[in-house]
Amino acid sequence: MNRELVKKLAEVLKNRKLPEEVRIMEVCGTHTAEFFRTGVKDLFPENLILIDGPGCPVCVTPNSYLDLVIEIAKKYNAVLATFGDMIKVPSSYSSLAKEKAEGMDIRIVYSPLDALRMAEENPDREIIFLSVGFETTAPAEAIIIMEAEKKGLTNFSILSCNKLTPPAVDALLSADEVRIDGFIIPGHVSTITGREPWNFIADKYGKPGVISGFESHDLITGVLALLDLLEKKEAVITNEYKIAVRENGNPHALKIIDTVFERCTTEWRGLGEIPGSGLRIRDEYSPFDAMKKFPATPPPVKEHAGCRCGDLLRGVITPPECPLFDKVCSPENAIGPCMVSSEGPCSAYYKYWRK
Amino acid sequence: MTATNNNAQKKILPGHGSGGKLMNDMISGMIKEILGKDSIQIDDSAVLDLSSGKIAFTTDSYTVTPIFFPGGDIGRLAVNGTVNDLAVMGAVPAFLSCSLILEEGFDFESFEKILISMRDAAKEAGVKIVTGDTKVVPNGKGDKIYINTSGIGIFTNEVQRREIRKGDKIIVSGTLGDHGITIMSLRNDLRFSSDLKSDCAPLNGLISEIIAKYPESVRFIRDATRGGLASVLNEITAGKDYSAGIIEDDIPISEEVKGICNLLGLDPLYVANEGKVVIIASPEDAEGIVRIMRNNEYGKDSSIIGEIDSLYPGKVYIKTFIGGKRLLPLLIEEQLPRIC
Repeated sequence: MNRELVKKLAEVLKNRKLPEEVRIMEVCGTHTAEFFRTGVKDLFPENLILIDGPGCPVCVTPNSYLDLVIEIAKKYNAVLATFGDMIKVPSSYSSLAKEKAEGMDIRIVYSPLDALRMAEENPDREIIFLSVGFETTAPAEAIIIMEAEKKGLTNFSILSCNKLTPPAVDALLSADEVRIDGFIIPGHVSTITGREPWNFIADKYGKPGVISGFESHDLITGVLALLDLLEKKEAVITNEYKIAVRENGNPHALKIIDTVFERCTTEWRGLGEIPGSGLRIRDEYSPFDAMKKFPATPPPVKEHAGCRCGDLLRGVITPPECPLFDKVCSPENAIGPCMVSSEGPCSAYYKYWRK
Repeated sequence: MTATNNNAQKKILPGHGSGGKLMNDMISGMIKEILGKDSIQIDDSAVLDLSSGKIAFTTDSYTVTPIFFPGGDIGRLAVNGTVNDLAVMGAVPAFLSCSLILEEGFDFESFEKILISMRDAAKEAGVKIVTGDTKVVPNGKGDKIYINTSGIGIFTNEVQRREIRKGDKIIVSGTLGDHGITIMSLRNDLRFSSDLKSDCAPLNGLISEIIAKYPESVRFIRDATRGGLASVLNEITAGKDYSAGIIEDDIPISEEVKGICNLLGLDPLYVANEGKVVIIASPEDAEGIVRIMRNNEYGKDSSIIGEIDSLYPGKVYIKTFIGGKRLLPLLIEEQLPRIC
């Protein structure tokens, strides 16, 4: 978009008058970081409050998942392939970074395909890919499982912690714990899902939402559109990211997800168990399901005393309201995942706005 | 060098570090042949004749994977890195040492290329390699080749640290992040087709031109290596009553670096450079300094990117193109690519 035009839009947002406080939630972790990084949040009128939602995959992954990962790797001497974000997240008793320092074979990959290649190149090692993500990454992970089957690989599996975002927002709204007037809806997730799965926000809860992209102009137009809907009291879900999001999403990607995965109940940090919000590997593909291939019982889950990541992910507090923020908890000594992940709200506040 | 054809098969052996004939042949037949007869001494030390009262002395070790990359190699890096560390102090780089740690099995062809590259880089920067050493470590105990260079620079006129003041301008000598993103793309096999190359370059010429013309106006010079521009600016402002504010629109970054950074969730302002300086200069002469820099081949894209002010004392911030601000703190560690 024309930069001069974006600058004008920025002025409009900056000068927008809000008669009373408006509280909007950005669900997606990339939005959390981009609102800061682009400087758009700095332009918010005084009465506009941005609440960070449960949309950072690393942040909502519960301790129990990492505990299981570590237990499996130890018990079966497997190689763990993971995205970099997971490395420093504390588990109940350790972290992948600590385990790596003590000799566990943990390798950072940039794409699930790298993990698949690793399995081909190391036929004598079990490679487990830590599949942590949302609708956006699930198709790629389904594809590598199909690829692994096609190639007849017997030393490759994934440990699925894939989640679906709309059920989490539904759980959040039905709990009715915090006031949220409207939603900035994840653009990347919506490229896969389309608009339909978000309609419940308007239909069931009477609140508006705007599907938004990630550039400065996307964020500004998204927020302005949401403020317009709120002003007109229109409870609808609109799409301001038409360049990428089609009404029905990406049917091909959805079909691929559905071929390999099925919905299940899964645990979210802060939100607990949410029915239909997880993706587990279907029985047909169970040779590639590390959960089934490597039975293990990790020690009981232990939460970190004082960590309020859970409250944060429900929008109950903002990062500076956590007593540990910037005192005990910092990126070099993260107590909870929201300080570790580049999409975590604490990491964003720490990095961009600790005045 | 006549051995080139054989060098494709020839490998470093433990004997090349033994002090015996193999080692002597390698030193006299290859290293001295390329780097010059005085590059490794028969005596235990080089004896230098310095007239100046004050010298700058620095050392740095170079370990990079891969050892060859678009825009340079570990040899060029090892010469330019140390040359630049001297130059940013205001010293004229004069002498370098060259200490090589070679891994058993490393091929002579690559070794020779690296030595030639060091020779060429030293020639370009106008420095002499005057002493050196080689050691061989067993296979698997090193990463092909590590190079340590120490350097001596001579002060032709007395330098003084000048106080940075509010209103001073922040200048960079060109596009940021080229070296780090080039290496990261290769190292992680990111398989982008890319024209991107490292900016590895000697900056002593550029710096001496600036100091010659504007001796009083330059308050601070530093090469923005590891940690990138943001880290250098944080060093400047830490604990001070001023902040450094930079303007997003004015910062030179190539479209390729922007694209790769976007994809991986990295911030180019924290990515390493090997041929860029950050200069803090008085507001009156900043434009003149940039004009001089742009005439040098290593400063073509020089720009004023911001200034010293008092908005967030002790901190560094950036004003994005839409006019919003955010902080650029010191990073805790290396940036990791994100999940989605």
